[in-house]
Amino acid sequence: MKTFRLAAAAAFLILSSAIVAAQTTLRIGLAEDPDVLDPTLARTYVGRIVFASFCDKLFDIDEKLNAVPQLALGYETAPDGKAVTIKLRPNVKFHDGEKLDADAAKYSLERHMTMAGSFRKPELAAVDRVEVVDPLTIKMELKTPFAPLIAQLTDRAGMMVSPKAARAAGDKFGLGPVCAGPYRFVERVPQGRIVGEKFADYWNKDNVHIDRVVYLPIVEDTVRIANLKSGGLDLIERVLATDIKDVRSDPKLKLATALGLGYMGIDINVGNGERAKNSLGNSAKVRQALDYAIDREALNQVVFNGEFVPGNQWVNPENSYYQKALPVRKRDVDKAKALLKEAGVTTPFDVDFMVPKGAEPQAVAEVIQAMAADVGINMRIRVTEFATSLKQAEAGEYQAFLLAWSGRSDPDGNVYVFYKCKAPLDYAGYCNPEVDNLLDQSRIPSDATQRKAIYEKLTRIILEDAPILYLYHPRMLIAHTTRLEGYQQMADGLVRVVGLKLK
Amino acid sequence: MLTFLGKRLLQLIPTLFFVSVIIFSLQQLLPGDPALVMAGEERDPEVIEQIRRQYHLDQPLPVQYVYWVKGVLSGDLGESMRIKQPVLSLIREKLPVTIQLASLAIIIALVIGVGAGIVSAVKKDSIWDYVANGFALWGISTPNFWLGIMLIFLFSVKLGWLPASGYVPISEDWRVSFASMIMPAFVLGNAIAAILMRHTRSAMLQVLESDYVRTARAKGLLERSVILKHAMRNALTPVITLGALEFGTLLSGAVLTEQIFTIPGFGKLIVDAVFNRDYAVVQGVVLVTATTYIALNLLADMAYILVNPRLRD
Repeated sequence: MKTFRLAAAAAFLILSSAIVAAQTTLRIGLAEDPDVLDPTLARTYVGRIVFASFCDKLFDIDEKLNAVPQLALGYETAPDGKAVTIKLRPNVKFHDGEKLDADAAKYSLERHMTMAGSFRKPELAAVDRVEVVDPLTIKMELKTPFAPLIAQLTDRAGMMVSPKAARAAGDKFGLGPVCAGPYRFVERVPQGRIVGEKFADYWNKDNVHIDRVVYLPIVEDTVRIANLKSGGLDLIERVLATDIKDVRSDPKLKLATALGLGYMGIDINVGNGERAKNSLGNSAKVRQALDYAIDREALNQVVFNGEFVPGNQWVNPENSYYQKALPVRKRDVDKAKALLKEAGVTTPFDVDFMVPKGAEPQAVAEVIQAMAADVGINMRIRVTEFATSLKQAEAGEYQAFLLAWSGRSDPDGNVYVFYKCKAPLDYAGYCNPEVDNLLDQSRIPSDATQRKAIYEKLTRIILEDAPILYLYHPRMLIAHTTRLEGYQQMADGLVRVVGLKLK
Repeated sequence: MLTFLGKRLLQLIPTLFFVSVIIFSLQQLLPGDPALVMAGEERDPEVIEQIRRQYHLDQPLPVQYVYWVKGVLSGDLGESMRIKQPVLSLIREKLPVTIQLASLAIIIALVIGVGAGIVSAVKKDSIWDYVANGFALWGISTPNFWLGIMLIFLFSVKLGWLPASGYVPISEDWRVSFASMIMPAFVLGNAIAAILMRHTRSAMLQVLESDYVRTARAKGLLERSVILKHAMRNALTPVITLGALEFGTLLSGAVLTEQIFTIPGFGKLIVDAVFNRDYAVVQGVVLVTATTYIALNLLADMAYILVNPRLRD
């Protein structure tokens, strides 16, 4: 009897350890702690990475930035561009078992459009109302034609939440989001971890192979990579360009990259208050001179080991909206000096150059400083903490401002809010009626070729006026262990967990 | 005693009032606008307005202060603008983590610091003394973040013995919890151990030369008994006071160490809150820390009175 009991106990132990071993957990290292996990109230980039596990969207993007169906099956735009009909995927359930139907989709979109404090309001501002056509079809009536609408629905504005859970939780929904993604929210320890477990009724459950997903915010870049090397993490986001060599030389690690949607640029104060009144702010020629002084390829080599892509427009050179007829200007010191002479400026002169704190921006600023000095522009670097730099940029307390933009899949998101007169991100104080007109026109046609033609006119004016000098487009750098299989990086930098396997 | 207690409690009211005013006004001096930081990358004016209204940022400062104090008096420290969680629940979550880290760190500091201090005093001018002094110099001069990263590289990346960062609650798995805490606790404890060692050494040296120790030795007591039983007890009084002060400091959060080892304690909470201009969190955490300090101070004063009858009148 004793032997039997022992054998039974041993068998139980082996069995239970086998069950434990069969449980797979994907541990993802984040560069920051996300903000609130409510798709309507969320605003950070890092939060979007976490949402990729919990909240599916109506549409997603593919490698070429095309909108592809996720919770929707497809869409149709009315000939006058003032209505979009969306067909929903059948048999989709939220994490609380509720059905995702047209009523739920209408509720989610209206929540984004009307909730107090919603960050989605401006993204869906063109939408007048949402109507239920049939149980699996909704129709969005627009105030004016708005070509970027579907692109907006590939991000948080397209995330569907369970109406029952959202109504019950109100503005506390973010403490326990209930959506229709591959993983169900389990718990969050702020600054500690966010845990999700596989959702058994997920519409695409056959492609979800890992049982749990845990997000760990680790701010220090060195520590994040150390965790990956020691096996404490399976994947980390935002690897530094200077760490690429290190990752590539480690046989246990893999690097996944994609050219990002964002850019780094220098915003120049051309009309935002008193500080715009100087030779750089007053004269397009002086700004062009600064542009000619910069060797973007050298900058890329020195700071990023040549891993990023030099640029001169708000979309990267691989993007279908990039204007190939207007390539990056080569460095030309003589031309720069000639332009300064034409503008009647005496050199050297000082420029107050506000740079957000951080190793990479500071390194970029120093290289620019050295290059600009060659033509007689003395860029005086002023390293400023992030929150302060925002306030000062808004108030126009700068002459040049090194500005990073994370980028949007539709070019509208990279350009409208920056150049439209008095738009929220028009820190430069740039106002040009012709540009305003082109910006509005670019939102109308749903045909990409027509939009690109409008953007070409816009690009020509912007390159001439140069209120923002675009420098380069960063690559999205994700490192993971070789245990993780099937990982593919997209341009938006998000970590998509469907289809991944752990060896 | 009761009169004393009453007086001290009455004194608490203006003290806490001033503390609250200072906390509130100091952070208003921080440049940057919380609504702008919170408004996301696009910074839509309508959204910014909404945030200002929701968190009373559009009101004059005194009005904002009254709103906050009203909340505090009714037990509501406000809500984090960033993650929409009540500040009180955030503090409740972080406090055990910080207490665990601080306790482990102070234990490490006491064991190493007091031990090394006694050895170096007893074996003055020997090789042990030099080694202990060298250790103290190293402990004081090593920056926490450097030591932390070096430990991670050695014990996590190279040897694979300990998790590089992260925190597991004791209730979940005490072994893993201990493993995840030992490196950060050592980093913190190491610096304090060095200070404690120097103090123990000088206190011990002073005591060892006093008359009663000579008497004890003359009585023929064993050297071990003289040192551990007679000398150490007296020498430790200032060391314990110092240790308690250091413990208090640890409880208010170890910013750099928590950041490196990703320990979700008070330090990390407050740093993130300052950078995100999450005012309610900063105010709440500082208020709780300050009140704890004041309360501990009051307890200490009462303890003095209990111990020392001369202070009672």
